[in-house]
Formats: sequence, C-alpha cells, structure tokens
Amino acid sequence: MRNKYSIFSLFKNALSYHENWQRAWKDPTPKKEYDAVIIGGGGHGLATAYYLAKKHNMQNIAVVEKGWIGGGNTGRNTTIIRSNYLWDASAGLYDHALKIWEGLSQELNYNVMFSQRGVMNLAHNLQDVRDLKRRTHANRLNGIDSVYLNTEEVKKFCPIINTSRDIRYPVLGGTLQKRAGTARHDAVAWGYARCADEMGVDIIQNCEVKGIKRNGDVVEGIETTKGFIKTKKIGVVAAGHSSVIANMAGVRLPLESKPLQALVSEPVKPIIDTVVMSNAVHAYVSQSDKGELVIGAGTDDYISYSQKGSHQIVEGTLNAILELYPIFSRMRMLRQWGGIVDICPDASPILSKTSIKGLYFNCGWGTGGFKATPGSGDLFAHTIANDEPHKLNAAFNLNRFVSGDLVDEHGAAAVAH
Amino acid sequence: MFLINCPYCGERDQQEFKAGGEAHIERPKQPTELSDDQWAEYLFMRKNIKGVQFERWNHAHGCRKWFNMARDTSNDEIKAIYKMGEKPPPQ
Repeated sequence: MRNKYSIFSLFKNALSYHENWQRAWKDPTPKKEYDAVIIGGGGHGLATAYYLAKKHNMQNIAVVEKGWIGGGNTGRNTTIIRSNYLWDASAGLYDHALKIWEGLSQELNYNVMFSQRGVMNLAHNLQDVRDLKRRTHANRLNGIDSVYLNTEEVKKFCPIINTSRDIRYPVLGGTLQKRAGTARHDAVAWGYARCADEMGVDIIQNCEVKGIKRNGDVVEGIETTKGFIKTKKIGVVAAGHSSVIANMAGVRLPLESKPLQALVSEPVKPIIDTVVMSNAVHAYVSQSDKGELVIGAGTDDYISYSQKGSHQIVEGTLNAILELYPIFSRMRMLRQWGGIVDICPDASPILSKTSIKGLYFNCGWGTGGFKATPGSGDLFAHTIANDEPHKLNAAFNLNRFVSGDLVDEHGAAAVAH
Repeated sequence: MFLINCPYCGERDQQEFKAGGEAHIERPKQPTELSDDQWAEYLFMRKNIKGVQFERWNHAHGCRKWFNMARDTSNDEIKAIYKMGEKPPPQ
C-alpha cells in the first residue's frame, strides 16, 4: 500500500528533509502478455488505464509511452477546463468530465489544483452575440451553468479588459461558465499514473510502438522497442501521432496533425483571476498560480509533426491580447512552445471501436482535449472493457464520417480554433 | 515557419502561402455511383504521414497559383516542388 499524501505525511517527511518520499510509480519491464495495452502515456491514456483497473477490474494492463508520461500535449496545453459546448452530444461528453474534475483531487489523493475560476467567452460582433446567446440557452437546456453578460458585466467581472467602443473589435458581451476553470496539467498525469500503478497497471516509459500485429481482423499484440507484447485489446491514445499508429494497423482515420502554440509571460502579481477567451480575435489568457500569463495561440494550417509553429501565429495572438489588455503592453514573454494536435473534420473527438477487433481509438481532440481528460478516460475504459461505447461517447464513433452524422463543433463552440 | 520556392514567383515566406492538404486525391469520376464508404474515404480519410508527404499549396498572397510539394512533416524540410498535373517525384 502506498503512503497517503496528507498534511501529516508532509510533516513526517519534512523531518527527514524530504529525502525519503516513496516513488510515485514503478519502472517495470514489460510482461509478455497483457489483457489490454494502452498506447500513449498522456493524461487521457493514464486515465483510461486507471478507470480500466478501478471500474472494470482489469489490472493486468500496461501503458506504453514513447517518451516520458505527460511529456506530450498533457504538458503543453493551456490547462483550461469548461463544458459550455453547443451540441447535446458534446455537452454530455464535456460535462461528464467536468463533474469528475470536481472531485478528482480527493479521488486520486493528488492535488490537481483544480480551480473553478470561471471561463468567459467574449463576443465582438453581432453574429458572436447571437451565437453566444444561442449557446447559453443550449447549455442551460443541457443542465450546464452558463450566463450571458453585457459589456458592463464583462468589465465588472474582469476589469482589465479594454471595453471602449473605439477598439478594432469592441467587446459587445460575453458568456460566463462559473464552474469552468483550470487545473495543473502535469499533476493530472502524475495523479492518474500513481493511482493506476498502485492498482497494478504497468507504466512503461521510453517504449515506442513500432508495429501492430494482427491476424486478419483481430489484433494479436504490439511490436515495441522493448520487444513484442501480446494482447487482445489495444487502446490507442496517441494524440498527434494517432495517424502514425493507424497507418501501422492499416486503419484509415480522418485526422490532420498540426502545430498548436502557447506561450507564458514572466511571472507577475495576481492580475487576472479568471480565464478569458475570444474566438473572433483569437486570444485567450489566464494566469497560472506561479503568476505567469498563460496565452494560447492558434494552429498552423499545414500538417506537421515538428512541434514548432510559425512566428506570425504568435504575433497575431499577441496583437489581439494587447488590444484587449493594454495593461500587458510591457510584459515580456518567457517561453513559447508547440504541440501537435490531431484535428477531426468536425472538430469533435473520436472515442471508438474500429473495423479491427480489439483495436480502439481515442483521438481527434484537436485543440481542446485537456478539459476532457477524466471523462475521456472513463468513457474510453468503458468502451474497451465492454467492446461497446458508453451512451455518452456513442456519437463520437468513427462511423460518423460514413453515415454523415457529424458533431460539428467548428466555431459553434467557444473554441479558439 | 519556412521559405517556399514558388514555381512561378521564386522563394517567398511561408506566410504568403495557404496549405491545401494531401495531394493527388482524385475526385470520383462517377460520384452518383459511390457508396457511403467511398464518399467518406474521398472526403475525410487522410494519410497524415509523419515523413515525406505530397501536398498541395497555394500562393495565396502572391500569384495565387496552386502547386504541389513533397515535404518531410517531421522537420518541415521541403524535398521537392512540382506543378499541378505533374507526377510526384520518386522517393
């Protein structure tokens, strides 16, 4: 049994200068065979393993990760959590995740620093106003808290926004979801890893998948840099690299992988106590607990796995930030980075079985997967364990691109694409 | 961010160009006879290769002409540029 994290364990370990903390997860060598293997040790993959072990009694499973856990998009996102999506299917999916977030630190005995500081989405033109009002109504019909704010209420909620009428894209209003907020992204991966490991899940890092072995339409195992691993069920949670795995297995996916960038400023005293997103001018900003402004930029339009984006994308975002927040004009940016996001034609994820028995894909989260981490893991574990989707992820099947039953969240949601 | 050698205008900043996605996807000759699966394949399914990929680009803020490119998507290195209608270069 692993030591429980608490104020007492902190005190006890302080007495020995914090040199005797137990390691949070093991470093096992892969077994020859597992009941299921998850490819990808990010938040979604680790959460999938955790819920497989916890809710579906599958402890003989492994998570294989090419690099280190949480080192991909889990550690590169801007940590925003919200569920104010337009369509019923998306609202169900993302609010399921938000409900799990609310109790996650207690459940994992790991402080994921979930902070319900609210997310505000701004409207800059009449169409934005109509879209955001419509979305507010749709959210409330789905039981998701959402209110529409006029310009004065926006200013009151976040006083540093420039709401004057003479800026290029004046603020005409906005929506606010108070239950939304942020969390510490690394802690999510580490918390899930620690709990999954405790239940017997093997987390195998520095283990790259080189091939998927199949016998006809049934999977038999994976070839990795640490040898062949036999398994009957493979859950692929590889984000930007999903197509690479799909190409190994001979499965066709509708994804395009593109660079998405983010940046943080030097740390400053608390200045913005919420998250503000603007779809029209493409700028969103929040402040980390360290005091850095966390700013999300957009995707480049070309396919790339280079984890590098174009300079003009960052420049455009900062132009918009400065127009909305003149107070930030002297801030210096500290770091800038890119991640590779897998984008679906309808900007909704895929949590689905495939035509190959035992092969499941959890991908296509595009620019907004972090917020769904616990819900995605829970529903994907259900899909793998039962070989059938949960009713909350049934709409997010791969077959929707054949049937035409798309979940078209492009622009319809608050997402800053 | 990289430079692109437009076959009509010469070397320009990538910012002037618009990426047009995977190249050599042929429009179905008999659209009325396609099954739903074949439509999905044509409309949505993409190779999304990590490595050398053939793709279409448009010089949107220049000559506005389309052309093809062979580019390594793992490091954004451009291997070859060729005109529309030409066959892709051998790997």
